[in-house]
Amino acid sequence: ETNKLYCTSVKCCIFELKAELNSDKKEKKKEAVKKVIASMTVGKDVSALFPDVVNCMQTDNLELKKLVYLYLMNYAKSQPDMAIMAVNTFVKDCEDPNPLIRALAVRTMGCIRVDKITEYLCEPLRKCLKDEDPYVRKTAAVCVAKLHDINAQLVEDQGFLDTLKDLISDSNPMVVANAVAALSEISESHPNCNLLDLNPQSINKLLTALNECTEWGQIFILDCLANYTPRDDRESQSICERVTPRLSHANSAVVLSAVKVLMKFMEMLPKDLDYYGTLLKKLAPPLVTLLSAEPELQYVALRNINLIVQKRPEILKHEMKVFFVKYNDPIYVKLEKLDIMIRLASQANIAQVLAELKEYATEVDVDFVRKAVRAIGRCAIKVEQSAERCVSTLLDLIQTKVNYVVQEAIVVIKDIFRKYPNKYESVIATLCENLDSLDEPEARAAMIWIVGEYAERIDNADELLESFLEGFHDESTQVTTQQNTQVLHKHTQNTPDSDNPDLRDRGYIYWRLLSTDPVAAKEVVLAEKPLISEETDLIEPTLLEELICHIGSLASVYHKPPNAFVEGSRGVQHKRLPARTASGESAESPDAGQSVGGVSDAPPAVIPSQGDLLGDLLNLDLAPPSASVPVVPASMQMGVDLLGGGLDSLIAVGLAGGTGGMPAGLGGTPAMGGGLGDLFDLGGGVGMATGSYVPPKAVWLPAMKAKGLEISGTFARRGGGIHMDLSLTNNAMSIMTDFAIQFNRNSFGLAPAGPLQVLTPLAQNQTIDVSLPLNTNGPIMKMEPLNNLQVAVKNNIDVFYFSCQYPISLLFVEDGKMDRQVFLATWKDIPSENETQYQIKDFHLNSDAASTKLQGSNVFTVAKRTVDAQDLLYQSIKLTNGIWALAELRIQSITPNYMTRLRTRASLSLSASLWVQFAMLYDCGFLEGLDHFVVFP
Amino acid sequence: MIHSLFLVNATGDIFLEKHWKSAVSRSVCDYFFEAQERATEPENVPPVIPTPHHYLISVFRHRIFFVAVIQSEVPPLFVIEFLHRVVDTFQDYFGVCTEAAIKDNVVVVYELLEEMLDNGFPLATESNILKELIKPPTILRTVVNTITGSTNVGEQLPTGQLSVVPWRRTGVKYTNNEAYFDVVEEIDAIIDKSGSTVTAEIQGVIDACVKLTGMPDLTLSFMNPRLLDDVSFHPCVRFKRWEAERILSFIPPDGNFRLLSYHVSSQNLVAIPVYVKHNITFREGSSQGRFDLTLGPKQTMGKVVESVLVSSRLPRVVLNANLSPSQGTYTFDPVTKLLTWDVGKINPQKLPSLKGSMSLQAGASKPDENPTINIQFKIPQMAVSGLKVNRLDMYGEKYKPFKGIKYMTMAGKFQVRT
Repeated sequence: ETNKLYCTSVKCCIFELKAELNSDKKEKKKEAVKKVIASMTVGKDVSALFPDVVNCMQTDNLELKKLVYLYLMNYAKSQPDMAIMAVNTFVKDCEDPNPLIRALAVRTMGCIRVDKITEYLCEPLRKCLKDEDPYVRKTAAVCVAKLHDINAQLVEDQGFLDTLKDLISDSNPMVVANAVAALSEISESHPNCNLLDLNPQSINKLLTALNECTEWGQIFILDCLANYTPRDDRESQSICERVTPRLSHANSAVVLSAVKVLMKFMEMLPKDLDYYGTLLKKLAPPLVTLLSAEPELQYVALRNINLIVQKRPEILKHEMKVFFVKYNDPIYVKLEKLDIMIRLASQANIAQVLAELKEYATEVDVDFVRKAVRAIGRCAIKVEQSAERCVSTLLDLIQTKVNYVVQEAIVVIKDIFRKYPNKYESVIATLCENLDSLDEPEARAAMIWIVGEYAERIDNADELLESFLEGFHDESTQVTTQQNTQVLHKHTQNTPDSDNPDLRDRGYIYWRLLSTDPVAAKEVVLAEKPLISEETDLIEPTLLEELICHIGSLASVYHKPPNAFVEGSRGVQHKRLPARTASGESAESPDAGQSVGGVSDAPPAVIPSQGDLLGDLLNLDLAPPSASVPVVPASMQMGVDLLGGGLDSLIAVGLAGGTGGMPAGLGGTPAMGGGLGDLFDLGGGVGMATGSYVPPKAVWLPAMKAKGLEISGTFARRGGGIHMDLSLTNNAMSIMTDFAIQFNRNSFGLAPAGPLQVLTPLAQNQTIDVSLPLNTNGPIMKMEPLNNLQVAVKNNIDVFYFSCQYPISLLFVEDGKMDRQVFLATWKDIPSENETQYQIKDFHLNSDAASTKLQGSNVFTVAKRTVDAQDLLYQSIKLTNGIWALAELRIQSITPNYMTRLRTRASLSLSASLWVQFAMLYDCGFLEGLDHFVVFP
Repeated sequence: MIHSLFLVNATGDIFLEKHWKSAVSRSVCDYFFEAQERATEPENVPPVIPTPHHYLISVFRHRIFFVAVIQSEVPPLFVIEFLHRVVDTFQDYFGVCTEAAIKDNVVVVYELLEEMLDNGFPLATESNILKELIKPPTILRTVVNTITGSTNVGEQLPTGQLSVVPWRRTGVKYTNNEAYFDVVEEIDAIIDKSGSTVTAEIQGVIDACVKLTGMPDLTLSFMNPRLLDDVSFHPCVRFKRWEAERILSFIPPDGNFRLLSYHVSSQNLVAIPVYVKHNITFREGSSQGRFDLTLGPKQTMGKVVESVLVSSRLPRVVLNANLSPSQGTYTFDPVTKLLTWDVGKINPQKLPSLKGSMSLQAGASKPDENPTINIQFKIPQMAVSGLKVNRLDMYGEKYKPFKGIKYMTMAGKFQVRT
């Protein structure tokens, strides 16, 4: 019967419907409107009927009225003049005694996106916002959001935003929820004005409404709560307590929004608090439950769990089994589960995990099987104790001779070899048996690497490599580069002609290198490979923190900050986890409200996985085809500059690098030097010593205290060594001889590496400059301040004592550049208590200049990321005693302030005083006009 | 919020669209169709798909894709949950949620969607509120409407929408007052080759059908509430009371609803009610494979295992299977390689078995993958977790209702690796 609603021909439809709509019979009219709606629903154009349908609007039949409203909403835009006809009825309906009609009218009017109608909407809307009936008020609240979407200025001019804010304290929970939802939507296009002005009173209102409103309202309110920063840990705990019951809600979106609030506010709770532990325990079951829901829900849940296990692995560490893959899970669920399994893998559960992974490697889906094999390799690298077991599992898989399994296994074994060199070469024979079956570039590249690396253990390595060389021209870049490197490994000098300029150049450079200085060549090609890190795709820490604040959102599914992809978001405020603050202290986090206008053009900032060896070894110019290499370490950019850039930078390096640790034979032409410079940098920063910061000489020992001997001096780091540069002046009446120097025990074991070389007697009024090389092999004692050094100088007259302070940068060693992945893992590993934050004001260098300058003092930029107008530099420092310090430097291009966060594994006090020193480096080194720096907390 | 909704059938036709804000062109679905083409199975279409200007979030139910279009940052779970609610509502209104049913009731569908969202914000999603607003179509009502000229749309303000108990209508009346509760548990398990349990967990629900006059206030207590440490409640359940006393106290919605769902994790010992003895072998170079499967009951607390259905996707090299079942019937689809064996009941005295040979592609090598066996079954009158309802009490009304509790255990994703 109803099928007749589907008409075959549009034309006949329109004609017939027109007649029916103008019929005198009410029933026929209604049926006709129904047919019109049905046609509209399936996408037919029935706009031609506009006047006829609008004529049916004035009716007391509610259904007919609703149907006409439906039609109006769809077509008013295309017939704005006609739509005016409807205005009177709307205005009248807004005064109807029946609240259902009032609400319907205000709701529909808001959906008609015609300017002329919008003007008439204001008065009825104002009344409806204050209607006695909450159903009308809640409908009106949403209407403000609609109106704002059509005409934002009008909404502001009419003061509707203020009325909307008032509705947050409405007595009806649904009105509150809708007001929050409307305000949240509006504020998305108004990132700078703080519409949801949250204070303890409004938070309390929201928490009360949370218990009583619908599930959807709960989502809006929870998402809104997540934007609040509690004043202290007590407030944080009390909000957590009131949000926790939402974890038992049947609606998974409510659960995940509650998880977001808890994950964020937990950050403020002291870890030794009982409640903290309780909360951790409460988070696991709801997350597990999400995984028994429909696959689409599971997928979103898994993407979020991936973030949660990176931030707080302890929550789900006992729940490994729920991530085991069922063979009929959709592929997108399988892959996510696999990823989380590796993240949760530990010595305790590795046996189970490996057994599962081995099982997956026999499944049908090739993609999934490959990922499973890779996962075995990742386990080996992550859990050292399991490496042997992983290798034997991989060997088992190779024995299956399934082609793609073998190839994946070989790629993975290469990584294991790199991580644990000289441990598992016994399996090389088995690998070599499978040489012929390798037809994928990555697998071939891996095999070539293995053969080259262990050439001396493989009898016929030459032959094997030759066999790879045969297909040279057909190979992909990846394989050929690998071949090139490995053939060089074997000191074979004939670099084949290749059409790929990258390869040719590289071959050429190697060749030049080999012919000029074989020793240097060895150093370059056989340079230590970067470490294989434990976790191959950790999310960079600042991004992770931001994503935790966005749990449950699209951002959390894509693991990108919201502004990276949401259309029309005009500069989203960056969210940071709150810092832990005890009650009574100030809660203003230093960088709260650091929102900066302008959408960032930065690419997504997930640090690329370290899959390809090539990328690690020769990382700069191959320009991998994928666009997903967002993080360009500043040093690398510099390298590119040097190669292709102007004379300026070359000269700069020539000057600065003059005293550096480059092997002498490599002096060559500037261009050559530049090219090699970047090679060296890639090889692990062998010798990039450039002008490190040297404080001006200060008078350490005035003449009047030392019987006429005046000593002034400074410290410098040159050519990888530490020097104490002294000026000795004889103000006494007699000649001075027999100089000697001794240091008291000090914090870093600094000691003279040789005697004080004052060979000729120092005559009256004569000054001599002496450079005393130092080492760090002396006895250690903690000094206060940490960088204090007590010195005794003896001459023929007497022994004199003085103390001086050396810049901490003196102790920053040249190989302080950490591998990106190691950096990530380490940063995550260091508890946040060990973090210190500083703000450096009035700073005018851009990030590249700062990075270069800092690198001169052996503060290495590991990675750089640009978010909105901020540059984030991730830097590593290694001290002579092996302590690593990691820093994040935020540079805003708008305000000349730097924000720095420093983490070190060493104790807090060390970290703090190190920081003071570090800040001094920024301070004295190159910040002219800097008055002060601010210390947080 | 949610911008638009497109319904797409398995053949890739858009058969319904609804826009809650300005209209979005159908062409946005092209991105969805691309993803659909790439996926080997419809189930594998990723649920969130980015396009240059929009995001598409979809669920696949009843062979229909429900594709929501969003433009700003909206929680994806919010969208997915809403889409589920749409599916449930259609099923509730039309008995089935099929393309035909939706097309037959297209105006009601449109009215429903209009009531469920306003400007993309959820408005009325509770079944009983919707039913006050828009009456479900029945044959009788269609006839009556045609004669009297009355409509499907309610004339009254949906009172439930504003009351403290939005899930329940006022003025409910029944001549027979009854409240039934079904405790249904599904076991998800992976059993390895040797028969030991890799992982096993229980997903349980208590579904209720409550037809009680007035505003009854119910409490439901359990013999062993400690089993329920991971629960999700219907909004009607008073959470504080549960926290304090482990008692479910609630004013029920009218009609059918899910009171709670719970999860018994793999860390608890989960009883496995069936076992499988299998011997599926392929020999290198031979064109024959052997297939031998026997089922038996295990930890069933004396209850009968029934409606047993075994299915397995055999390797691609299997051309055909020549098997003989000791009971029930089996089918093998040489195209999809899906073997299904409808076993029926398991008689512990005479264990069901399926034996025989498989013919393999000539010259093909031994298959790389091992088939996984999927088992479905039901065990009435038993909740495998051991959960037991203690008592059900009613307050607030004077009549004596009829009460009933039923237990049932089923296989969820129950998989045996070979």
